[in-house]
Amino acid sequence: MSTSQQPIGGTLGTEVVPVAPGVNLLRAAIILLAFAMAAAVPIAFASSYQLFQLTLAGTYAIAILGLNIVTGFNGQISLGHGAFYAVGAYTTAILMTHFDMPYWETLPIAAVVCGVLGFGVGFPALRLGGLYLALTTFSLAVAVPQILKYRGVEDWTGGVQGTFLVKPDAPEFTGLNNDQYLYLFVLTLAALLFLMMANLLHSRIGRAMRSIRDHPTAAEAMGMDIARIKTRTFALSAGITGLAGALSAIAVEYVAPDSFNVELSINLFVGMVVGGVGSIVGPIFGGLFIVFLPNVAESVSRAAPGVIYGVILIFFLYLLPQGFAGFPRRIAALFRKRRQD
Amino acid sequence: MMQRRTLLASSAALLAVPRLGHAVTVGVTATELKIGNFMPYSGPASAYGVIGRGDAAFFKMVNDQGGVGGRQINFISYDDGYSPPRAVEQTRRLVEQDHVALLFHTLGTPSNSAIVRYTNQRRVPHLFLATGADKWGNYQDTPWTIGWQPSYRTEAQIYAKYMLEQKPNAKIALLYQNDDFGKDYVTGVKDVLGSRFDGMVTTASYEVTDPTVDSQVVSLRGSGADVMVTAATPKFAAQTIRKIHDIGWHPMHFLSNVSISIAAVMRPAGPERGIGIITSAYQKDITDATWANDPGMRSWREWMRKYLPEGDITDSGYATAFNASTTMLQVLKQCEGDFSRENIMRQVANLHDLEVPLLLPGIKVNTSPTNFHPIRQMQLQKWSGEHWERFGDVIEGANV
Amino acid sequence: MQGLAHQLIAGIATGGIYASVALALVMIYQSTHHLNFAQGEMATFSTYIALTLIQAGLPYWVAFAATLVISFGIGVFTERILLRPMHNASVLANVGVFIGLLLVFRNAMGWMFEYTIKSFPSPFESDTPLLGGLVSGHELGSTAVTLVVLGLVFVFFRYTKLGLAMRAAAFNASSSKLVGIRVGWMLALGWGLAATIGAIAGMMIAPVVFLEPNMMLGILLYAFAGALLGGIDNPGGAVIGGFAVGVIENLGGAYLVGTELKLTLALVIIICVLLVKPSGLFGRVVQSRV
Repeated sequence: MSTSQQPIGGTLGTEVVPVAPGVNLLRAAIILLAFAMAAAVPIAFASSYQLFQLTLAGTYAIAILGLNIVTGFNGQISLGHGAFYAVGAYTTAILMTHFDMPYWETLPIAAVVCGVLGFGVGFPALRLGGLYLALTTFSLAVAVPQILKYRGVEDWTGGVQGTFLVKPDAPEFTGLNNDQYLYLFVLTLAALLFLMMANLLHSRIGRAMRSIRDHPTAAEAMGMDIARIKTRTFALSAGITGLAGALSAIAVEYVAPDSFNVELSINLFVGMVVGGVGSIVGPIFGGLFIVFLPNVAESVSRAAPGVIYGVILIFFLYLLPQGFAGFPRRIAALFRKRRQD
Repeated sequence: MMQRRTLLASSAALLAVPRLGHAVTVGVTATELKIGNFMPYSGPASAYGVIGRGDAAFFKMVNDQGGVGGRQINFISYDDGYSPPRAVEQTRRLVEQDHVALLFHTLGTPSNSAIVRYTNQRRVPHLFLATGADKWGNYQDTPWTIGWQPSYRTEAQIYAKYMLEQKPNAKIALLYQNDDFGKDYVTGVKDVLGSRFDGMVTTASYEVTDPTVDSQVVSLRGSGADVMVTAATPKFAAQTIRKIHDIGWHPMHFLSNVSISIAAVMRPAGPERGIGIITSAYQKDITDATWANDPGMRSWREWMRKYLPEGDITDSGYATAFNASTTMLQVLKQCEGDFSRENIMRQVANLHDLEVPLLLPGIKVNTSPTNFHPIRQMQLQKWSGEHWERFGDVIEGANV
Repeated sequence: MQGLAHQLIAGIATGGIYASVALALVMIYQSTHHLNFAQGEMATFSTYIALTLIQAGLPYWVAFAATLVISFGIGVFTERILLRPMHNASVLANVGVFIGLLLVFRNAMGWMFEYTIKSFPSPFESDTPLLGGLVSGHELGSTAVTLVVLGLVFVFFRYTKLGLAMRAAAFNASSSKLVGIRVGWMLALGWGLAATIGAIAGMMIAPVVFLEPNMMLGILLYAFAGALLGGIDNPGGAVIGGFAVGVIENLGGAYLVGTELKLTLALVIIICVLLVKPSGLFGRVVQSRV
């Protein structure tokens, strides 16, 4: 049960299995079909309010994907990714309101700013292992709202009152309303990011990241520059989470320090665990979970929704300790057992 | 960039001006009227959740007494966890999915700030917010939004003016919570002192996550101040009162009226430690024996017994809920069956000398198309060790 | 100069709060190699139990002792019922359960005991303020209690067979099983003791900060920082770390950056120290074998 003996995320869903080209084609078809469904069904059937919820879930899914890269694939516990989400959101808000930049131009800037910040934080912090890194990142999550409120930057951040931004209008040729457009925009970006990450993780760099998680000493013995890979992973992770934050600012049309308190970081963490640590598709479920579960909890009990949320979370992890992504595996294991009996 | 911001505000205003002859009625059927609300039932501010429960219980009473305008009120209240993104989500749910007629008593400055543009663009009445920020009285830019309680900023102005009368050369120490609530007090004091602020005032802030404010109090005392202004929530206010007493400091002490509950602040702090503290009030303190036989208070206790038997009768949130809901009920009565959003707003801006059961004697609710601060009056009061003793006249606004 | 002395004393007083919670964190880490994020909320819950007993008319020390027993039971129960099924799950899934536990305890308290702050009695209340009111009798008394608990924890882990067995079970479960240690019960015992120490901390803190469901919200982070600063495997180091955090935070806030950034500053300093001494000021350096 000790931290030193067990790999953090288990090895769920990350083994590289050689596959035949035909299987690859099938996989591509399935992914395309899933994307088409995810795009078409909500546009056809969901109300604006539901689209807004799905858009939020999409931004959380991207944020959790970022977190998963550093925690799930590289084995570094971060409890502070809410900080990068916040910085991304504020970067977009400031660029849009103070510099009149169009929303899509702000996104790469937000990602780069957060990547650089992640590099700066990760550079010293990743020399600390396990709990120490958890503390450092958690501190960052606690400190960021305080910094956003600071008098010296108030002119830029809007201080405690926050800053408004304007949701982009859908381009006219699309014939969509703004909520539909933003949903598709976030969905497409999310799909691209998820594909990119899937490719990256099956590449040489991805293998290096995972080997550092599972066997740091062996990885080092084989000549990997652990600190360099860790720091870069952290920067990449922060950049993706920052991009998610930027998208959320556009969707919510408002940023304020209270939007990015410690609870946000904890929520992202919960989303990652629930989706499946070290799983590529897990963050999608994680994003949906943290948007929709509070509403479920509330409909069960108005008196103490927090209690219900906590209870559901605990039971969920009992049933699926590997998260949603472990579900098919769990079923398969049950079948195998039955066959053996 | 300023230009862009004013442009935004004015375009919202333009959109929101009620057009005559085009009345929109939403959320009203022959038997039902839907009112929407969000509250922090979970999360760090869940202490305020009682206000939403109080509102719900009030409308239950209204329904038991036959409803209003022939309709039963369906009060729908969701949890926003004091998080602005969730407040936006819940507001859209209320407006687009539940089709409520209006939003009422939504709590928290950050949460309401996040939705104020949405409600004004969509022209949804956004009424009697449970926050004391000054900006909710801005009837020009946000004509569909109106506050309820006196603003923190006005309150701070009242203290500063009184203080200057008493001690023209005061050295002031100001302790504030580092958020919108605390900073409004800083602004209010600045309004009155102007350029003298920097020379006269030493400030210290605290975060809600700080365990104690002892260090801040010690620092402020070290500045040599003889006046203390405390803009703190109950827990920190009680700590401040105790610490000031224990270190033998005797400043003239002004305390935010958010934290004057006898049961939740003065008694835990030690009633004798707070003697001489000055604050301003607009509501009766439900734990003050002075009001034992007050008719308004009796009706409140009756209501608590019947509709909230489990509720904590020392929690002033229930009093706030009762008062604000009474105001809301008056508006609905004045609508006389025409619950179009335009008419609701007309009646909201048409309250004259409304007496609300738990407001202090002499303090009345007044609105007009150019006054979106329903309660502007307050009265100074001083802590005697057992009661708040009111003194001076009822003060209307600060007229800075 | 006098101001500096005052800030120093105020810092030590707040540091005492962090130190007492840091001890509970060391206890749970030493015996399970986990950090329980719900530790603070469990301690607050215990404090509410104590208050309920006192209000029911029990004398303070009887209620104190009863609370310790009940808290121990809650700790053991939590481990056996809630964490047992998670033994084979990953560390992160366990952290997820801790977060769930935190939410349950915190919200249940608000629901059961209301959110209005309550004053909690202190057994060390003195009427005459000491050192010009900078230190209360309670602060001296509670510091003494923290030191006594520290002594007990130290002796327990260093000199008792049970303490050694618990450390062994946490350090290497399979080897411990081979030498006949009942690992499962050792973990449960660790939870029980941590909950007990948490309860003491809660009862010592509540008179200072007032009892309410979010009482430990900020304290846990500082205690966490203090424990890591001093060394998570060293009870004495954790206590010193807790005091140090209190002092750093207060002096930094008063003289360096102002109160608006004092939390940020304190965290930056702690992290810098950890960079130089990665296992904390008094922690043991662990050499890993390939």
